[in-house]
Amino acid sequence: MTWWPLIKIVPIKTNLKFVKFAKFFGALSAVLCIASVIGVFYPGMNMGIDFRGGAAMELTTADGRPLNLEQVRSAVDGLGMGDVGVQGIDDDSSAILRFQIPEGQAQADVVERVQNAVTTEVGAVTYSGVSVVGSKVSSELFTSGLLALGAAVALMFAYIWFRFEPQFGFGAVAGLVHDVVLVFGLIVLFRLEFNLNMVAAILTVIGYSMNDTVVVFDRLRENLRKYKTMPLRDVIDLSINETLSRTIITGVTAIMVLAALAVFGGVALFGFSIALMAGIIIGTYSSVYVAAPIILLWGVKRGEFAEEAKPVKLGMASRP
Amino acid sequence: MVQLSRWKVILVVLSVVFGVLFALPNVLTPVQREALPGFLPKGTLNLGLDLRGGSYLLLEVDTAEMRAKRVSNLVEDVRVTLREERIATTAIAREERGALITLASAAQQDAAYEALQQAAGAPGANGQPERTVQRVGSDRLRFAFTDAVWNSMASQAVDQSIEVVRRRIDSLGTREPSITRQGADRIVVQAPGESDPAALERVIGQTAQLTFQMVDVENQTQALQTGLIPPDAELLQDETGTPYLVKRRILVSGENLTRANVGADESGRPAIDFRFDGQGARRFGEATAQNIGLPFAIILDGRVISAPTIQGAITGGTGQITGSFSIESAAELVNLLNGGALPAPLTVEERRTVTAELGADAVAAGALSTAIAFAIIIVFMILSYGFLFGGVSVLGLLLNGLLIIAAMSMTQATLTLPGIAGLILTFAVAVDANVLIYERMRDEARAGRSVIASMDAGFNKAWGTILDANVTTLVAALIMFVFGAGPVRGFAWTLTIGVFTSVFSAVLVAQVLLAYWLKSTRPKKLPIAE
Repeated sequence: MTWWPLIKIVPIKTNLKFVKFAKFFGALSAVLCIASVIGVFYPGMNMGIDFRGGAAMELTTADGRPLNLEQVRSAVDGLGMGDVGVQGIDDDSSAILRFQIPEGQAQADVVERVQNAVTTEVGAVTYSGVSVVGSKVSSELFTSGLLALGAAVALMFAYIWFRFEPQFGFGAVAGLVHDVVLVFGLIVLFRLEFNLNMVAAILTVIGYSMNDTVVVFDRLRENLRKYKTMPLRDVIDLSINETLSRTIITGVTAIMVLAALAVFGGVALFGFSIALMAGIIIGTYSSVYVAAPIILLWGVKRGEFAEEAKPVKLGMASRP
Repeated sequence: MVQLSRWKVILVVLSVVFGVLFALPNVLTPVQREALPGFLPKGTLNLGLDLRGGSYLLLEVDTAEMRAKRVSNLVEDVRVTLREERIATTAIAREERGALITLASAAQQDAAYEALQQAAGAPGANGQPERTVQRVGSDRLRFAFTDAVWNSMASQAVDQSIEVVRRRIDSLGTREPSITRQGADRIVVQAPGESDPAALERVIGQTAQLTFQMVDVENQTQALQTGLIPPDAELLQDETGTPYLVKRRILVSGENLTRANVGADESGRPAIDFRFDGQGARRFGEATAQNIGLPFAIILDGRVISAPTIQGAITGGTGQITGSFSIESAAELVNLLNGGALPAPLTVEERRTVTAELGADAVAAGALSTAIAFAIIIVFMILSYGFLFGGVSVLGLLLNGLLIIAAMSMTQATLTLPGIAGLILTFAVAVDANVLIYERMRDEARAGRSVIASMDAGFNKAWGTILDANVTTLVAALIMFVFGAGPVRGFAWTLTIGVFTSVFSAVLVAQVLLAYWLKSTRPKKLPIAE
C-alpha cells in the first residue's frame, strides 16, 4: 500500500503563492465583515432568552401523538405574551415554545397560564425543560457576554505582543476580529439562536483561531531568523506552506468531530457545533489570509532577530 | 529528548495509575463503590443540572422593599412612643432611613428625646442599639437607624434569606441542594432531581411574615365608607376579599414563634397550633389583657388569615390559628413558619428546569457523539500516520480521555452539556500536539537529518509552538470562567482540564513510546517521512 500512511501523499513541499492572492482575499474578507456587521443590526440577531429575557419550554405530547405547532402557537398568541415562537424538534411530538413575560407579571403565574392554555388547546403535554430569564438578568448576561468577547480579544493581543512583536499582535488581532465578526455574520445568516452557549462557542473559536495563527507565526518568526535576506512576502509564503499539512490535518480532525457532534449531539448542541465548525474554517482561513498578510502591511524590523540561527538548506530547488 | 528517561516512564505509569483509580468509580455500581476500601477515591463525574435533571433558581432579595418596611415600622414606633408619653407633634416626616419629628412645642424636646432614647436603646439582633436619636434645631428630632445597622441591613437580609431558604428546601426533602450567594443581593438555588419545580418555587417565594395586629374597630366602618384611612392603620383583605382596617403596629410577629404544629379546631378542621418564646408570650399576654372583647388580625404576608375576638388574656404563650385550611395548606404553612420568615421578599429572576428524562437523553447524545468523535480521530490518525505514529497518538489520546475523566471526578467539577462539547473538541485539538511534532520530524528528516536527530528536533522545536497554541486556549477558558455563568463555566473548566491533560499525554506518551521504539528497533528511516 503506497497510499498509506496518508501523510505520504500529502504534497511533500507545497509551494503555493498565498500572498499573491492576499489582496483579493483581503477585499473579500473586508466585504464579508462589513456585510456581517450590517447583518447584526439589520435584520439582527435571533436572540435567545438568555439575552432578551422570557421563557422557553420544551414540551412533548403525553401519549406520543403528533403535536400541531399551529395550535400551540394560537393557544399562546391569545394570551398577549408578545413574540411567541414555536419550533418543532426531533420528532413530531415535541416542540420548543418561546414567549416573553409581560412587564410586571410574576413569571411563575405566566408560565402556569401558558401551560394551562396549551393543555386546553392540544390536550395533555409534558414539559421536560422550562427556562425563564428575567429582563434584568438577561441584560446582565448580554453585557457580560460582550465583555467576555472583548476581554478575550484584548488578552490574546497582549499575549501575542508579549510572545512575538507588536506587528504580529496586530495581525493576530485583525485575524481574530475578522473571525468573530464572520461567525456573527453566519449566526445571523442561518438564524441560529444567539445565547450563552453561542458566546462559549465564539470564545472557543477565538482560542482555536489564535492557536492556528500562533503556529503560523511561530514558523514565520523562525524563518525570518533563518532567511535574513529573503523578501518578507516569500518568507510568509514559505511559512504558510511549511505548516500547511499540519493546518489541514488538525482542521479536518476538528471539523469531522464537530460534524459528529452536530449530527448526534441533539438539538441543544446543534447551533453550538455549527458555529464552532464555521469558526474553525474561518479561523484557519484567516491565519493564512488575514493574520499573515497584515504583517506585510506593517512590515517587520528584521534586524531585531537574534543572530544565532544559521541558514539551513531545506532542499527547495524552486526557491531562490 | 528521545532518550528513554526513567522519570518520564515513571510519570506516564503514575498518571495511568492515577487515571484508572480516579476514573474507576464511574463504571462501578453504587453498591460496588461502597464496597471499595476507604483509601480509594469514590467520587464520580459530577453531572450538571442539564444532564441529571433538576432546578436552577436565581433569586433576588428585594432589599429596598425590606428597608422601606423597616423604616415604616420605625415611624410607627415613633408615633406610638410619643403618644404614650403624651407628646404632641405637628409632623412626623419619613426620611430615607428614619423619621424627622417636628414637635408641637420646643419645651417638650427634652422629654421627647428621653422617650425616643429609651425606645432606641432596645438592643437589636447583634446586641447593639439599632437606632439613634438626634436633636435638630430646638423643636425637632431625628430618629433613624445607625450607619452600621443601615449599611449591613441588606447584606444581613441576604444571609438570613439563605438560611431560611435552606431550611425550607430541606423540609421538602430535596437531596443535596446547593444554595449560594451571588453578588450583593442574589441567591442561587440548585436542586438536583426536584420533580416539582413549581412546589419549590412556591415554597421559596413565600415571605411567610406572620404578624398579629389589632383591628381598628373605631375607624373601620368609616374608613370603608369614605376611603379615608388613618395614618396609623392600613387596609388589608382576607382570602375571600373581605376588607379589614388593621392598626400598623405589630403586637407580636412570627419571629417570636418557637414552634408551630398542625392541629385541629373544636369542630375538627385543620388548624395551626403555635407557641411563643418568652418575649412573645409576654407581649401577647399584655396586648390581649388590654384589649379584651376587641378583634385582632392574624396576618400572613399582608393577607388576613383570621380576625378572632379576644375572649380573655392569653398568658400561656400558646395559641391556635384557625381559618379555612386544608390539611396540605396547613402543613405547608407550618413548614414555612418553622423555617422562619424571609426578611425580605424574594423574586425569581431566572429559572431553569430540566427533567431527569431530558437530562438522560442529553447524556446519551453526548456519550454517543463522544464515542463517534473518538472513533473518527483514531481512524483518521492511523490512516494519516500509520500504525506506529498514529497508534502512539491514539494511545496518548486514550490516556488523555482517562485523565480528563479522572481529573473531573477528582475535582468534582460540574460536567455540563456544553462541557461534553468542550471535551470532544479537546480530543480533536489534543492530536494537534502530535501533528505538530510529527510534521516537525518530517521537516527535519527532509532536511537530511538522521532518524534520531529529526525526532529529537521534532520534539524540541514543536514544544514552543505547542505551548503557545495551548496558552491561547487556556486564556479563552479563563475568560469564560470569569464572565460566564452556569453551563458556560462547566465548559470552561472542561476545556482547562483538557488543555493540561492533552499536552501532558500527547507529548509525554509520544516521547516515551517513540523512544522505546527507537531503542528496540534502531530504524534507519522515519516511517512518516517520504
